[in-house]
Amino acid sequence: MNSFGWLALVLVIASAFGLWRRWSEGRAVVDNKHPEIGSAEIGQPLGEKATLLQFSTAFCSPCRTTKVILAKTVDAIEGVAHIEIDAESHLELVRRLDIRRTPTTLLLDAQGRVQNRAVGVPRQDELIAVLASTIGE
Amino acid sequence: MATPTQLDVRGPRFGAAVTTVVLAVAFVSAGTTLATILLLLQTVAFGIGAVVGPHAQPYGKFFATVIRPRISPATKFEDAAPPRFAQAVGLGFAVAALAGIFLNSIALTQIAVGLALAAAFLNAAFSFCLGCEMYLLIRRFTTSS
Repeated sequence: MNSFGWLALVLVIASAFGLWRRWSEGRAVVDNKHPEIGSAEIGQPLGEKATLLQFSTAFCSPCRTTKVILAKTVDAIEGVAHIEIDAESHLELVRRLDIRRTPTTLLLDAQGRVQNRAVGVPRQDELIAVLASTIGE
Repeated sequence: MATPTQLDVRGPRFGAAVTTVVLAVAFVSAGTTLATILLLLQTVAFGIGAVVGPHAQPYGKFFATVIRPRISPATKFEDAAPPRFAQAVGLGFAVAALAGIFLNSIALTQIAVGLALAAAFLNAAFSFCLGCEMYLLIRRFTTSS
């Protein structure tokens, strides 16, 4: 394969990755391991029924968009808290939960068990549906 | 002069598009003098972007002085820190590519240019900032606590 062939291959792979990322961005995926997070670890009390725990970093622009979406979401549903924590000052928790980038939003049930995880800017309608089923259980 | 901390988001994206073209030409002409000149220029551009900041980066400057006054006003701004970090990541790839030239290894040059090209293309086409996304992962591995 000549250089032009390799160039085309690089662009095709990058495009496939970009399209996959656009498709998966912010989707709430079920977390089957259900790790438990205590309020002591995040320094704030959990929500009565559920918690949206957002991991952010200082210079992350999509984190700001996420913050607005999550704040609006918890306003609409009673007993649900939105907690935003700085990933860099909670690196131990970041490693334990395998948080790879910011923003990552975890949906915790009333006991602090992780139910869903959304990497990237979450989709509000999907989030509301997932929250409703978590609270309904 | 104070360093601007907020950038028109279109600036770094325009810069990524220019970088993609420069690196694509360097990639297909690897081993020639043209490729070496392009890689040297791109390394300087990355270096200015990483050390001084994206506002001083040549492509960013061209956007701010020539293009931006001719298009609609900015509606979205972003912090200068993530693109600056991304420029530093690009600088790492560019230095590796130059090392390939001096070590007489076209393979090393093409791999480094290919990776930088993929990152710049993702930024230009999908607004995906590889350097920004790697930030937390790098912090996870470099900090022990």
